Amino acid sequence: MTTRVVVDPVTRIEGHLRIEAMLNDSGHVGDAMSSGTMWRGLEVILQGRDPRDAWAFCERICGVCTTVHALASVRCVENALGVQVPKNAETIRNILFLTQMVQDHVIHFYHLHALDWVDIVSALKADPERTATLAQKVSPNAEKASPGYFRDIATTLTKYVDSGQLGLFDNAYWGHPAYKLPPEANLMAVSHYLEALKWQKEVIKIHTIFGGKNPHPNYLVGGMASAIALQSDSAINIERLNMVKDLIAQAKQVVETMYIPDLLAVASFYPEWTQIGGGLGNYLSYGDIPQNGISDVATFKIPRGAILNKNLAEVLPVDPADAGQVREEITHSWYEYSAGKDALHPWEGETKPKYTGPKPPYTQLDENAKYSWLKSPRWKGNAMEVGPLSRMLIGFASGRTEYKDVVTEALGALKVPATALFSTLGRTAARGLETRLCVYWLQQEYDRLITNLKAGDTTTANTVKWEPSSWPAEAKGYGFTEAPRGALCHWIHIKDTKIFNYQIVVPSTWNASPKDAKGQHGAYESALLGTPMADPKRPLEILRTIHSFDPCLACASHVLGKDGRKLSEVLIRV
Amino acid sequence: MNKPSSFLSTYDVLRQHGVERRDFLKFCVTTAAALGLEASMVPKVIAAMETKPRIPVVWLHGLECTCCSESFIRSSHPIAQNIVLNMISLDYDDTLQAAAGFQVEEIRKKLIKNHPGGYLLAVEGNAPTADGGVYCTVGGDTFLNVLKETAEHAKAIIAWGSCASNGCVQAAHPNPTGAKPIHQLITDKPIINVPGCPPIAEVMTGVLTYILTFDALPELDRIGRPKMFYGQRIHDKCYRRAFFDAGQFVESWDDDAARKGWCLYKMGCRGPTTYNSCSTFKWNNGVSFPIGSGHGCIGCSEAGFWDNGPFYQRLSNVVVPGIDATPNTIGEVLGAAAVVGIGAHLVSTVVNKNARKIHASDTPPASEKGE
Repeated sequence: MTTRVVVDPVTRIEGHLRIEAMLNDSGHVGDAMSSGTMWRGLEVILQGRDPRDAWAFCERICGVCTTVHALASVRCVENALGVQVPKNAETIRNILFLTQMVQDHVIHFYHLHALDWVDIVSALKADPERTATLAQKVSPNAEKASPGYFRDIATTLTKYVDSGQLGLFDNAYWGHPAYKLPPEANLMAVSHYLEALKWQKEVIKIHTIFGGKNPHPNYLVGGMASAIALQSDSAINIERLNMVKDLIAQAKQVVETMYIPDLLAVASFYPEWTQIGGGLGNYLSYGDIPQNGISDVATFKIPRGAILNKNLAEVLPVDPADAGQVREEITHSWYEYSAGKDALHPWEGETKPKYTGPKPPYTQLDENAKYSWLKSPRWKGNAMEVGPLSRMLIGFASGRTEYKDVVTEALGALKVPATALFSTLGRTAARGLETRLCVYWLQQEYDRLITNLKAGDTTTANTVKWEPSSWPAEAKGYGFTEAPRGALCHWIHIKDTKIFNYQIVVPSTWNASPKDAKGQHGAYESALLGTPMADPKRPLEILRTIHSFDPCLACASHVLGKDGRKLSEVLIRV
Repeated sequence: MNKPSSFLSTYDVLRQHGVERRDFLKFCVTTAAALGLEASMVPKVIAAMETKPRIPVVWLHGLECTCCSESFIRSSHPIAQNIVLNMISLDYDDTLQAAAGFQVEEIRKKLIKNHPGGYLLAVEGNAPTADGGVYCTVGGDTFLNVLKETAEHAKAIIAWGSCASNGCVQAAHPNPTGAKPIHQLITDKPIINVPGCPPIAEVMTGVLTYILTFDALPELDRIGRPKMFYGQRIHDKCYRRAFFDAGQFVESWDDDAARKGWCLYKMGCRGPTTYNSCSTFKWNNGVSFPIGSGHGCIGCSEAGFWDNGPFYQRLSNVVVPGIDATPNTIGEVLGAAAVVGIGAHLVSTVVNKNARKIHASDTPPASEKGE
């Protein structure tokens, strides 16, 4: 008998995601479906608009990974028009990119993922003295690790629970057998949940300085709108730069004395999760953080490449402009293509929604029919995983010293082999290790900006191609970035100074995609296969693996971008 | 307010959390200041915090990008932690909720049943209405149904952001999903529209704490926006307004004028037609706002702003100081006469000689001379 576990809505993610997992007799996931249950139609909305406005529309694909779609979009238009951005603009964009990466990864760990590993109710039993000892042990340089500090948090928590109004923490999986942390580790993590919440609003001010606001800072085709004038109080000057510098130092402190120690401490209690949730074993990265213009891929700090079948001995070359590489299928997606077309490169991409799923309200989807608003992007026909784990593996396999150092150090600390990375925990750990690199690079990019200013260059925008009258009648371009959740690329086709076609393939579409024509699962689906479930009614294990990808469904279904219940099946809605 | 007896006041909870009265009073003063209240109102804030229960809040997500939630957690006064732990009972919010799936839907249904008329409904995003609502489903049902079901017994509705208030990006032409703002779908409840993409963090927490503190909904303008935050145009309070009045404009990105912080009107700034607090409160605890960082306002809190573009095309219906007509009208009249070769928007600069004299020492940007 098959048990079907339905998780909808999947919470602590961005957007609307539904997971259906079919358990086999031994209580393991035998098959799984990932369904994006929202579509907004941005690709359709973009048609006919001014390409210089596209970044603002695209940025609204997602407010969690705000900034990344704007960045991909301006790069896309610049690529089409042949615009090189000034050095300062490149550096400022790198600073915004890295700030987003650091802030987003920390929020993910504490506010979206931690409760999969941390039992809040257990924290109530913690002894503040012993918690302080633990905190000092895992992070000798931690700012707040006194018994008094933890006693205050424990009191807050106890009174909150005693009030009877549990709010966000109500009806969850507290006491589930898959929770393994001792009470003191739980209390420490809950305390840092609150610390991280206070800190995230600070570091993001870097976006406000250069982009005017966050969420959704402003970008500009050709550079950045925030002019630099060191002798003016009305542009980026030393006061603004000092603020950036301080915020970077603060971020480094938070990452190194709180996030990384917490990550390693939590991970050490869950060694079995280095064996679960590995998934596809195929990894893709477009690369980012250019040092010498966006076309000089070799100088990127995050390298580009693809790995197939966990083969770390070979990093394959990737080209977003090659029509034979990235292609989107719709075998299990609620779209239709023109007659005779099955897999399309985004420059030829089509976005015509056609819902054929069950009439709502429904209880389950049909894995043999179309079941998602996400398309199925494939690289040379392969389903790929994207995100921090992919980037860390590609950096590692490319022989980059920075990557090798942080990976080797973390594996040593946890006393696990490199193969442990191919797992749910590996994915979660890779995100933390990447954050370490990012705060380090953030400082480097700041220094690079100062060096360039010292050399007398304060230019921030290239306006040669600003006026549409300077454009060719027709142009195609692509713009990529590595969003916190993975490889992101926009493709544009400009005709008569207007957007003729705009297609976006986002990280969560790669990861959350449904099966393709060959029946290959997407990354989420594949990672769920074989997962043991202690209590199907409380699907904590499913949440762990899905959250390890940091789903972002507004992105995935952006844009875009029959009740076949078996007789021998029991349906559990969780 | 409908107060279930089991609920504790904000002060009760703070006290239980070990917060001393001195700190509590400081908190009340900060809150009052954030709301722009006079000092004489502080005792009222304190009294409210001492006696009001934590009201349950259901926070729904429809077609949206979650930028409103992200903005909310950026609030500096009060910080989000204070709101969530001490001021409201955030019983349902799929972005932050510990539980998932059935368990979380169960919470929502129980709340509707047990506290009819006793909870606030906060809506982020809007509902697609085309094709039976299939473009957004939650727990297998359409978001439209979830919204209607939850709204029916809500005390009041806060429509967060431009999606919920006026449609925003998915409702831009051709609006393929038939997305509609909340006030077009729910017509029998008080609705507070808090537009912006996203709204400013302190505006969001300000609206919520105003309701809790004064036990009343804020005064709204004719389109449902709180007057206290949307009463004036960004342009009216912009620190670059003096340059507009003087006819000193940025003409090209990164030009001399941009470096001097001159007016961005000619670069398409929507400040003159946008009602919001950006130029007063600014963003992220007062660090900057779009114009302050060199980019024009795109008017993200105005209905239909996505279709009022392109963004970099200057507004044509703005009255320029010193003359009772818009730049284009003047252009039509003068352009035909003597000022051949000078663009319509520059005419105001030339005509407004008095303002020009004040800044005689400033050299006009090169591009201003011969567009």
